[in-house]
Amino acid sequence: MANMKRSLGIGLWFMFLTLPLMVVRVNTINQEIEWRWSNMIWVGICAFAIAWLWQFSINRRANQRAHVAADAHPEVEKLSFAQRLADDPVLSKRVLLVAAAAAVVFPWLVSTGQNFYHVNVMVSALIFVVLGLGLNITVGLAGLLDLGYIAFFAVGAYTYALLSKNFDLGFWTCLPLGGLMGMLFGIVLGFPILRLRGDYLAIVTLGFASITKIVLENWDTVFGGAAGIANIPRPEFFGMALDGRQKSVYTYYIVLALVALTILVTNRLKNSRIGRAWMALREDEIACVAMGVDMARTKLSAYALGAFWAGLVGVIFAAHNNFINPDSFTFMDSAMILAMVVLGGMGSILGVIIAALALKLLPEYLRAFAEYRMLVFGGVMVLMMIFRPQGLINNMRRKYECDTVEGNHDGEK
Amino acid sequence: MDFEYLFELLCGGVVKGSIYALIALGYTMVYGIIQLINFAHGEVYMIGAFVAFIVAGILTLTGYSGLTVLVLAAVVAVIYAAAYGYTLEKIAYRPLRNAPRLSPLISAIGASIFLMNYVQLAQTPDFLPFPELVSDFDFMEPISRYLSSVDLVILIVTTVTMIALTVLIKYTKIGKAMRATQQDQVMARLVGINVDRVISATFIIGSVLAAIAGVLIASRTGQINSAIGFMAGLKAFTAAVLGGIGNIPGAVLGGLVLGIAETLGAGYISSAYEDVFAFGLLVLILILRPAGLLGKAVKQKV
Amino acid sequence: MMAKSNGKKLLEVSGLTMDFGGLRAVDSVGLDIFEGEIVALIGPNGAGKTTFFNCVTGIYEPTAGEVLIHPPGGTSKRINGMKPNSITTLGMARTFQNIRLFPAMTVLENVMIGRHCRTSTTILDAILSSRKAAREEKETIDKSYRLLEKVGLANEADEFSRNLSYGAQRRLEIARAMATDPFLLLLDEPAAGMNPQETHDLDELIVRIRKEDKLAILLIEHDMKLVMSISDRIYVMEYGKEIAQGTPREIKENPRVIEAYLGEEAHA
Repeated sequence: MANMKRSLGIGLWFMFLTLPLMVVRVNTINQEIEWRWSNMIWVGICAFAIAWLWQFSINRRANQRAHVAADAHPEVEKLSFAQRLADDPVLSKRVLLVAAAAAVVFPWLVSTGQNFYHVNVMVSALIFVVLGLGLNITVGLAGLLDLGYIAFFAVGAYTYALLSKNFDLGFWTCLPLGGLMGMLFGIVLGFPILRLRGDYLAIVTLGFASITKIVLENWDTVFGGAAGIANIPRPEFFGMALDGRQKSVYTYYIVLALVALTILVTNRLKNSRIGRAWMALREDEIACVAMGVDMARTKLSAYALGAFWAGLVGVIFAAHNNFINPDSFTFMDSAMILAMVVLGGMGSILGVIIAALALKLLPEYLRAFAEYRMLVFGGVMVLMMIFRPQGLINNMRRKYECDTVEGNHDGEK
Repeated sequence: MDFEYLFELLCGGVVKGSIYALIALGYTMVYGIIQLINFAHGEVYMIGAFVAFIVAGILTLTGYSGLTVLVLAAVVAVIYAAAYGYTLEKIAYRPLRNAPRLSPLISAIGASIFLMNYVQLAQTPDFLPFPELVSDFDFMEPISRYLSSVDLVILIVTTVTMIALTVLIKYTKIGKAMRATQQDQVMARLVGINVDRVISATFIIGSVLAAIAGVLIASRTGQINSAIGFMAGLKAFTAAVLGGIGNIPGAVLGGLVLGIAETLGAGYISSAYEDVFAFGLLVLILILRPAGLLGKAVKQKV
Repeated sequence: MMAKSNGKKLLEVSGLTMDFGGLRAVDSVGLDIFEGEIVALIGPNGAGKTTFFNCVTGIYEPTAGEVLIHPPGGTSKRINGMKPNSITTLGMARTFQNIRLFPAMTVLENVMIGRHCRTSTTILDAILSSRKAAREEKETIDKSYRLLEKVGLANEADEFSRNLSYGAQRRLEIARAMATDPFLLLLDEPAAGMNPQETHDLDELIVRIRKEDKLAILLIEHDMKLVMSISDRIYVMEYGKEIAQGTPREIKENPRVIEAYLGEEAHA
């Protein structure tokens, strides 16, 4: 009941709060004022409902906390589906095989004749999967909040566009070069700024991305200015001419292979000496350094490796679109990639892939949703931090095999 | 060297810088108390400008004009900005008070994106013409090349606001509570200060300053849209860091330095790269002197 | 008990001073540790013990003074101003007063981090999953697991470290520090927050570590029973200054020390 009353109050508060912006609209051309009172009623109802739910979940969370605190050994942490999947090698292998098979036959299922819209959509989505996985190294594993990640993507894209335009270099030559350029920028930028505390780092990376965009927009003689660079060649296939659909399918397989490579590499790194150092750095910088981990080197490697993937996939982006301009590399794009990492769960490879596909595909197929896309992303980022900071997929524990010990190592759960 | 041009640029820089300073104060105060970069602060500034725009629109169409409109619009804008700042803290930051450091920061970025898109959807993504509410004063005629009437109003309002803020922090009860909380939150709680209320008050005061800045800058540039908060927020944050984040006189100094550096850079080198100078300055200061011009280096407690 | 001191000197601190702004937290403190010794650093709260630790381990750079280490079988080195990770790599490892584990990593992984500076798998090795990487990984796991057995946490190896009890977290910190193969272990209030049984176990653990791993140990501790029972020598600090040193018996009878402690109790 108290909850009801509070929710009512909150509903009224939000009606007041949104009054000028949601209800009034001043039309400066016709000198008219538009009053949209129906919006106010909707805000009231929604705010009431959300407030009620909110308090309900906050209370529930508080109860859970109290429960956990009362019990010093919460041995039975709920095992998520993903954890069970990871613990069962046979099952996970099967799921992986099915997913891989589905990804391989996908273009043949959805494209008929000259209709390859779905393939193109999937290429864009997979590009963002690679970006998500790359940023996952920097933010998710090493805990370095990079708000300018899209700049490395731009570096890769412009590397290919400029090299092919000015020096006639082909896609396959430029692909590794794009990645290396991204990494180079990552190192050059990272070197001075990685000493900074987390929140300062976020701002500086944001500033760096803004500078990159301004330079791209204004230095027309080199970067083509706001108009960008057009007629970027598609990936070549042993000198054969491909029609539109074939080109799309071909690009699809290239980016799919890159996704597979990214997953393989990230996964191996994550479970290695390097990956553990990244995670330890994320968890507690001082303890990590006191345990003998070289902070500068570890941070720089995470930063540069994240930038590497962005540069690599930037080349594919430029080739796939035929055309690039600075508008593809805004802060909102950085924020969207960050949302993928946050939503998927910091450091979780599977989570980031699912989140990236969802965030890219949903607006594409739910056109009505597209307009509210960024609004929802913003809201979701806040809610995730409050209610599920570990992401949708979490609690992944890696278990290690150890044979020198006679004891019952895996006796507990 | 053309001194008149230089002087003109300097005047423009001071006006611009004083507005940065107003917004920067909100960043610095919040940071001083809860060590959070309130990313959404720029959006509160933008919302302030929008509310003022709407109120001014209604009043102008019902026949009012001039300074009455400006004052009324500013008052409503300030009230709304305060309400938004208060609500923002309650929803996006309070539940994360004890979370790992990255969580509130990501939440703040989310809130910023949310608010920006909220205004864009509820109003329009286009630029809107902000009415000219300050008519030209006759006595400003001779020096209008350096300082327009709007600029004069801006300088007066920012100066008065900053004096008021100083008095508030130095002499009032809530101001003392704020300083105590900034020094040591646990201790402040022990001596009976309601820390939650102090934090709310900090957000409200910061938002009020941002709204004032929003109205002022909108009257100067003559146009607003839903994206202005982002850039202004970033610039103001730069100003806060420049002066030493958490340091109130530092924010004012940082704002002025940034404003002047930007106008000089734009005036002498290239106006297209204006923002590059601001960020370049930010990167430099963070690398060379992370504690800022007036800040003290603090050692992290282990 | 001073007989121990004819071993080889491992750590030699002299005139160590640390200022924070106008505050002198540590004032010209000297301290020596010899091979195989357990040395305790005691003193009232705020005496500057943890700051002293932080200066020696490189978290802070001391304002003045000398910190020299003489690793067994290695060359002597002056370590003021060196980075914490370099100091750890040279063979001094520490624990923290306010436990600083990696909460979202498993117990075993926490210890494995300690092996970081003793292994050399590069990014390329890890990506290619080279034979060297696989061998090092296996060694790391085995060694870490054995350390967990030593501190009695082998059954919790796959738990998240945040789920451990307080006492277990302290023991995990010790295991993690030992994973760096130190010749000198610095423990900052290892018994804080432990119940008497846990403290007793810790007492045994520390003595066993010295015996089995041939380590010297420097510890900050408030639990006098623990300090008196295991230490070979004790240093006492008050208000940033060193006021006494000696064997447990000498310290127990030292009037300055009694005054410092009683004084604190009288104020508290």
